[in-house]
Amino acid sequence: MQRIGVFVCWCGSNIAATVDVERVAEAVKSEPGVVFSTQYQYMCSENGQQLIRQAIKEHNLTGVVVCSCSPRMHEATFRKTAESAGINPYMVEIANIREQVSWIHKDIEEGTEKAIILARTAIAKVNLNAPLTAGETKVTKRALVIGGGIAGIQSALDIAEAGYEVDIVETKPTIGGRMAQLDKTFPTLDCAACILTPKMVDVAQNEKITLYTYSEIEDVKGFVGNFSVKIRKKARYINEDACTGCGVCMNACPSKKGLNEFNQGLNNRPAIYIPFAQAIPNIAVIDPQQCLKIKNGKCGLCAMKCPSNAIDYTQTDEIVEREYGAIVVATGYKTIDLDKFGEYAYNESKDVVTSLELERLMNAAGPTKGTLLRPSDGEHPHDITFIQCVGSRDTSGCGKPYCSKICCMYTAKHAMLIREKYPDVKVHIFYIDVRTPGKNYDEFYRRAAEQYGVDYIKGMVGKVYPQPNGKLLVQGSDLINNEQVLIESDMVVLATAIEPEPSVRRIATLLTTSIDTNNFLTEAHAKLRPVESPTAGIFLSGVCQGPKDIPETVSQASACAAKVIGLLAKNTLKGNACVAGPDESMCNGCSVCANVCPYGAITYVDKEFRLGGGKTETRRVSQVNQAICQGCGACTVACPSGAMDLKGFANKQIMAEVEAICKR
Amino acid sequence: MQVSDIKKKASEMLLSGEVKRVIGWKKGEFDYDLTPATFESVEELEDFVYDGFCGANLSKYLIKESKKEGKTLVFMKPCDTYSFNQLLKEHRIVRDNVYVVAIDCEGKLDIDKIKSKGIKGILSVKEDGDEVIIDTIYGESKVVKGEVMLEKCLTCKSKEHVAYDESMAQGVENVSLDRFSEVAKLEAMTADERYEFWRGELSKCIRCNACRNVCPACSCVKCVFDNDASGVSAKSNANEFEESMFHIIRAFHVAGRCTDCGECSRVCPQHIPLHLINRKFIKDINTLYGEYQAGADVDSRGPLTNYTTDDLDPSDIFGGNK
Amino acid sequence: MQEVKEYTPLIVAFCCNWCSYAGADLAGSSRLSYPANVKIIRVPCSCRVNPMFILKAFQRGADGVIMCGCHPGDCHYTSGNYYARRRMSLLFSMLDYMGIERERTRVEWVSAAEGAKFANVMNEFAKTINELGENKRLEDLRCK
Repeated sequence: MQRIGVFVCWCGSNIAATVDVERVAEAVKSEPGVVFSTQYQYMCSENGQQLIRQAIKEHNLTGVVVCSCSPRMHEATFRKTAESAGINPYMVEIANIREQVSWIHKDIEEGTEKAIILARTAIAKVNLNAPLTAGETKVTKRALVIGGGIAGIQSALDIAEAGYEVDIVETKPTIGGRMAQLDKTFPTLDCAACILTPKMVDVAQNEKITLYTYSEIEDVKGFVGNFSVKIRKKARYINEDACTGCGVCMNACPSKKGLNEFNQGLNNRPAIYIPFAQAIPNIAVIDPQQCLKIKNGKCGLCAMKCPSNAIDYTQTDEIVEREYGAIVVATGYKTIDLDKFGEYAYNESKDVVTSLELERLMNAAGPTKGTLLRPSDGEHPHDITFIQCVGSRDTSGCGKPYCSKICCMYTAKHAMLIREKYPDVKVHIFYIDVRTPGKNYDEFYRRAAEQYGVDYIKGMVGKVYPQPNGKLLVQGSDLINNEQVLIESDMVVLATAIEPEPSVRRIATLLTTSIDTNNFLTEAHAKLRPVESPTAGIFLSGVCQGPKDIPETVSQASACAAKVIGLLAKNTLKGNACVAGPDESMCNGCSVCANVCPYGAITYVDKEFRLGGGKTETRRVSQVNQAICQGCGACTVACPSGAMDLKGFANKQIMAEVEAICKR
Repeated sequence: MQVSDIKKKASEMLLSGEVKRVIGWKKGEFDYDLTPATFESVEELEDFVYDGFCGANLSKYLIKESKKEGKTLVFMKPCDTYSFNQLLKEHRIVRDNVYVVAIDCEGKLDIDKIKSKGIKGILSVKEDGDEVIIDTIYGESKVVKGEVMLEKCLTCKSKEHVAYDESMAQGVENVSLDRFSEVAKLEAMTADERYEFWRGELSKCIRCNACRNVCPACSCVKCVFDNDASGVSAKSNANEFEESMFHIIRAFHVAGRCTDCGECSRVCPQHIPLHLINRKFIKDINTLYGEYQAGADVDSRGPLTNYTTDDLDPSDIFGGNK
Repeated sequence: MQEVKEYTPLIVAFCCNWCSYAGADLAGSSRLSYPANVKIIRVPCSCRVNPMFILKAFQRGADGVIMCGCHPGDCHYTSGNYYARRRMSLLFSMLDYMGIERERTRVEWVSAAEGAKFANVMNEFAKTINELGENKRLEDLRCK
């Protein structure tokens, strides 16, 4: 049996004006468990708290009910008060007789009566309260960054700068990501490589950062502060320590028909290759699907030519297992497949390209060495049409319902760059809206439209017809002049929607973090916790969370790093005391609770139970990781047997509250 | 597919040691009084039956039997396999310890329906196509099979097995009535009429727990009604409230997991149409969250452990305040 | 004051800690009144509301039960209210199917900023329950 003290607060006249506080204090004296009851002007004041502390000691109280303002206001205060007097802070319950009574009920009879009922309800709950302690876990002071694009690079550099070890896992043979493929960046038009590659070098040279390129996440176990991750280092068939990146092998390789991924497949590369000149690490890799030696054992030219004996055709994948305290997801994006957009003739004509392909066609390190040439015949184009929102803001089901955010700006950039370099080229842009929020963005777009003579046409394109003369006839509508337009262009550039890198689905499953219908990772709170995932210890950096341009990506990456640093700076993590837990003797092991847990806090183990008579039975039972559980209670209701319960808001406690409230 | 074939299969597997036991049906006091049983030897298999009265769903027995040493052979009708899958999904059955043989089902008989036709002194019952021939001490009677079939078979959801290791089934055409028409009829009534209907039915409940005991979804290690800490525990219905509460909570606890095997209604000694409660949930789930058949597979998420962001609000479903 | 006390219906409101309970607090600090027979039980999330709690409330004499949670998409625990929404839709539909007046149960999404909405909802709901009168169809006479 508890020994409960009830403390009724006047809150000056805030409560006392419409609630007879003395009567409340008197009325609850006979409630079960109550051994002391009093009232005071301001319970939250130092004197009021002293009164509580004294009563706890004098009357050997085990539980406290404070009838006062909302628990959202002073629950924490009174919990501390109780703790300082030697009782568990979770033995305190608040009856909210200010916001729910005195402030809204004018009649003193009515108010007092309700206050008494609310006090009784809190007493009924405290009678069933149990001391709770939040669990503590150690923090592994190392972070994992999944993805080596600008988001991952920035997060890793910032975390390393704070003195923590960081590993980057990148599926491609080099870091750099999408930004490395870009030509110039808006709105300043500085070259992407010029600002990115120094950061890539910083990563390579930073002692705190370990790079796992050409590697994938194989498995993730554990929870915040204590993740254990298996990384698959795919066989490069190159001795990484020996390779100097000289590139002799690339010339030697006779199998040169591989699609150059870095150039969006616009030209070819040999089976052994370094993705691009500034690749980090600057080490070759062999495409096993393409290499003649690996496929059928006949060739070996690269090994013969390699001056440093770095080639090893027998290499196999390697699994590395490492421990981390925090994980940053920075898996980035790709442009969507255009198979469903037959009207733009992307698959029919080489001269219809995506914007990302155009980046490569304009880049000095691209397939055309930076001279803009028509892909079909290598001729100089005279007329280029851009089509905006290809697959973005598309509710037809073919594309994506969201705005890809970056297309308006990069299309303005492309138009400007083309007009600047080739003033003879006519540029048309079909748009639905031009969206340019951002510092110096609208100014940039206006410059394109006003000073560079770019022909902006408000309207959509119906169809692109490849012509026998090699030109592309673009049929669209001009909504401002209310007319149909036909434009004969040499090239059509599609501002293709971006979508999360498809591999993120698998990663989200491994990390037990949630993903929305568009495959973007869900943040813990859309406004207030935008860089954290709902799963503790998992952070979101860059486009994996939603469409972003470079400045936004870098900001989020740094914000993410700050969160990671904040976590790694702790030696131990204090969990939430009000966590769920199963009564194993009743658990069916049916997995229903794990299915509804938003945090992936629930796992299962096979346990042996005594049945009596010397017999035992092995049953699958659930286990809640207290470091992950946030105490929402979704599992408790999903559980058919009622084995799962929530500390602090237990079935019994809530039932007791219902009973107390309904008692007439 | 002959009964002798099924028996042969069972004895072969027992003899070869492939399985340690067989779950099937066994004759009781009367021909029509069949009960699920475990057979551990060829001798015991003498009593094995498979006929029109084998309505009992055998899947639930596997929770216990599959934990025993050695494999268990079980014969399953199509509807039983749904329950089997659902139990697999909930990790209640050790799959490797079970050998499922699929057998045909042409719809099972309801002895109460036969008796209610005034037929007494029943000695044996035989099926002949669409007819049921009943041999009684007063001579032979014939009835149309459709009139004496179990409710759950009249509205059979499928004649196809969704899980098995080996099939002896040759396939049967499924001619069945709409499962939800009875629910729709009730929905069309006024609230007062529905209240009267359910009071009439649920007041018959004697809380014998037959529905709970037979239900494959009601397989909790400890039921909330037996658990003093749950706040709803009770051994008997003290009043009208408890009569209703028991069935609402039971249905809610199996909602999204109930395969509509119809066993609850089959075993109810008071003939309460309990399936109409479960089917209401199934109908609502199908309408509100898309067609879902519990037990159709072993990996999909159940409707109550899933959601979409554009699910309807209760106020959209029931109208606003009024 | 009346000599004989009129029967006043009882309403139990389950409110999630992060949105609706805060909304009720705002109604309070804005001095927006609603009937005193509305009594609030604080739960961490609407997904903590077990159908058994609702039946218990009716058993013990509640005449109406309302569950309030964060607006869909705003759940503090990201998805709790989505589960709660499905559970309550099915439960309330079942109660209706059993002939229990559908107006006795309700779900409302109230954010921490919607003090006025909280008060309005409670006023409206109390009015509805007043008109319906005593809960007779899901009552336990022993508890009266």
